[in-house]
Amino acid sequence: MSGSTQAHIGLHLDSPDQSPPEDAELGIYGFWIFLMSDAVLFALLFAIYGTQLAATAGAPGPAAEFKLGPALTETVILLTSSLTYGLSGIALKYDRTRTTLVLWLGVTLLLGLAFLGFELHDFATMFGDGATPDRSGFLSAFFALVPTHGLHVAAGCIWIVVMLIQIGVHGTDARVKLDLLRLGLFWHFLDIIWIAIFSIVYLQGTLG
Amino acid sequence: MTDAALRYALLGRLDAHALPFVRAWENPNLSEIIGAAAGAMVVIGAVVLVALLTWMRWWRPLFLDWLTSLDHKKIGIMYIVIAGVMLSRALIEAVLMRAQQSLAVNAPGIVAPEHFAQLFSTHGTIMIFFMAMPFLTGLINYVVPLQIGARDVAFPLLNSISLMLTAGGAGLVMISLAIGEFSTGGWSGYPPYTERAFQPGVGPDYWIWAITLSSLGTTLSGLNFAATIYKKRCPGMYLTRMPLFCWTALCTSILMIFAMPPLTLATALLALDRYLGFHFFTNDLGGNMMNYVNLFWLFGHPEVYILILPAFGVFSEVISAFSSKELYGYKSLIIATMAIAVLSFTVWLHHFFTMGQSANVNAFFGVATMTIAVPTGVKVYDWIWTMFRGELRFTPPMLFSVAFIMTFVLGGITGVMLAIPPIDFVVHNSVFLVAHFHNVLIPGLLYGMIAGYQYWFPKAFGFRLSEGWGKVSFGCWVVGFYLAFMPLYVLGLGGMARRTQSILDPDFQPWLTVAVIGAFILLAGLVTLFVQLVVSVRDREQNRVPVGDPWDGRGLEWSIPAPPPEYNFATIPTVHRLDAFYWFKADGRAYKPAATYTDIVVPKNSWVGPIVGGAGAVCAFGLVWHIGWMSLSGFALAWLAVIARSFVRDTHRTIPAAEVKAREESWLALAARTRPVPRQLEESSANLGLAEPYPAEVAA
Repeated sequence: MSGSTQAHIGLHLDSPDQSPPEDAELGIYGFWIFLMSDAVLFALLFAIYGTQLAATAGAPGPAAEFKLGPALTETVILLTSSLTYGLSGIALKYDRTRTTLVLWLGVTLLLGLAFLGFELHDFATMFGDGATPDRSGFLSAFFALVPTHGLHVAAGCIWIVVMLIQIGVHGTDARVKLDLLRLGLFWHFLDIIWIAIFSIVYLQGTLG
Repeated sequence: MTDAALRYALLGRLDAHALPFVRAWENPNLSEIIGAAAGAMVVIGAVVLVALLTWMRWWRPLFLDWLTSLDHKKIGIMYIVIAGVMLSRALIEAVLMRAQQSLAVNAPGIVAPEHFAQLFSTHGTIMIFFMAMPFLTGLINYVVPLQIGARDVAFPLLNSISLMLTAGGAGLVMISLAIGEFSTGGWSGYPPYTERAFQPGVGPDYWIWAITLSSLGTTLSGLNFAATIYKKRCPGMYLTRMPLFCWTALCTSILMIFAMPPLTLATALLALDRYLGFHFFTNDLGGNMMNYVNLFWLFGHPEVYILILPAFGVFSEVISAFSSKELYGYKSLIIATMAIAVLSFTVWLHHFFTMGQSANVNAFFGVATMTIAVPTGVKVYDWIWTMFRGELRFTPPMLFSVAFIMTFVLGGITGVMLAIPPIDFVVHNSVFLVAHFHNVLIPGLLYGMIAGYQYWFPKAFGFRLSEGWGKVSFGCWVVGFYLAFMPLYVLGLGGMARRTQSILDPDFQPWLTVAVIGAFILLAGLVTLFVQLVVSVRDREQNRVPVGDPWDGRGLEWSIPAPPPEYNFATIPTVHRLDAFYWFKADGRAYKPAATYTDIVVPKNSWVGPIVGGAGAVCAFGLVWHIGWMSLSGFALAWLAVIARSFVRDTHRTIPAAEVKAREESWLALAARTRPVPRQLEESSANLGLAEPYPAEVAA
């Protein structure tokens, strides 16, 4: 293969493409920039969280509310979903039948939903303890940071559903492939953010 | 369900007192009547606009040719139209404020304190987010693809969505005149004053959601421009061969990508406080308003350079073109631009020296702030050296550029003064500060935008703007500026606080009188700009420049017809050095047919942009008034439009090679039979857009 077909960042899709490769390069590049901007948003949420750690104002604090067990389960689920998304990428490249692609996307979707379920259960437990965001600056910061990640995962799940429908409608045409690459970047990005949440929020809150 | 609950579910907080007309009826004092008149202007303006569109049968062209267009040139023009409308409103507000202060020395004046606070809040919000940002985004949109030899921006649909989100935000600010009220918390909206405890009304909510729409649009614009400049340059257009305007556009885009998220977050967290009772910035339960101040100025200071850098780019282009010389110190200008962009993230704290940091922290940020004066000084010298021994022509854009250099240096010097924390402690929160930032933003932003508008107008519309009226307008903008703002330096040093509705010291009166005269002259500057536009449209047949190069230009944007075809370039050019088109002309390679023409693929129009922008504005309006069904449906509609669009595959159409060839050849034939115009006659109707070559200068 010549250099030009491999010019775009991300998974090289070795098959005849309707759109010229520079379109793919541009589309992926733009999405990287979007992720960079999103990363700034999360960085600031972490910074706010850091400044508000001590602002518990008599409401339940980290030691009382954070449980390492559920957080670890969520971590394992989300990291596994990144693996299964990666497997869907390999299926996209090597499997012409689309069955494995759809299968791995479906597994990823289920893992994403499972993650959200566990996370919502955590929040419900906290609400049950009276740890609601209007109680203190600390809880406000927590409920801004962690649910923002959760909303991103929810958006990713909706995106997977949209992509599954698109695969049904259009097959794996150039646009679908490009969108799957972008969705992959998004999904892995959320993993990285979660690692930071796990370390800074849950590990620090329970062990620190 | 009780009536009250049903009413709340349907209309939220809306009631008759939301209308300024009702308030003026019940309480007919001058301040309320001025408010009602302003609301009436919005309503009457909207009615007149609808009537005009219907009468002229412009609805179809408005939507099919403009609002749904993905052409970067049309999107750029629409941005500038928004800027013009919003500039008019915010300038009238400025005149009203100056009038109030000049009349309010130990007297009530004409507007009540609450009303005055809304005036300075909307004035600042509009000037920054809905005048300056759309203006510079519009210019970048129009010019950058042409300068780098591209057919469009990287993501045309995203571009349309950005425009419409910005338009939605601007619309929301206009609606606040006729329905409800605006924030009284200033353009920076500091909590805890903007929290629910102190301002339970809709004012801060209008501010929050208008800003949010605008900042989302701006983030997406920054992404789009950065991808365009990095990935869509024509062959040979290395980064160090780009016109300087592209460099400033690139730095501005990078700043947008990194600096808009703090603003989005600040407004979102403030909204959480106001709507859901969170405690980010409240006085009680662990809230910390310093977090807001830091977030806001983490955005706010880079924002200053988002605003000023594109204007620096315009001045670089204008000074080079009207001095007939290559830009002096091109590489040093690039380095200076980049240095300013990076340093802009290291100085945000100077906006709140007085808010409790230690002296050492203040000293660090003070020194960092002064450091920015160094690259800026480099630029000033580069512009002066560009003019040195050039063949200068003082057209209106050039006049604005020269006035900028001198006036901006004054503003920069007062900036360095304010960067010294002890001085800042003395004049902080006084009109000295107001004088300073107008002294940098009016020359450093507005003069640049006006210069850019006048410079590229003939390219966009195919005829020159009246230079006579341009010079009248220039005179008003310069004289008006000095009269309006130099007195504020004196008043600030004399201890006059900013944002005051009533003045107690009679010694301030003469200075305030001079300032209000200056404000009226600035208004005359705006009016003459509109007169210039009307006169120029009327006389357009005498001023046409169809060949497309009225100023003996140097960049690729001048190498195509005026107005440019939809696809910009019939064949993508290959460039070999800086000032590509100048050297095409010098080497005799300009206005030559291509060996072959190929089909050109352009994006089809799309309704997604207007739908997303409209739905976003509806969602925001619902949020302001707590109308749940409205905000949910607006939100859902915007996303459904985007998802539905992702299923559409038929998004492009092809312009056949034969058509491209025919258009290009007829333009080349026109160029061949057009009489070239020497530079000295470029302000006359002899200028048909073909510049006479100056072979002697090539050797120099």
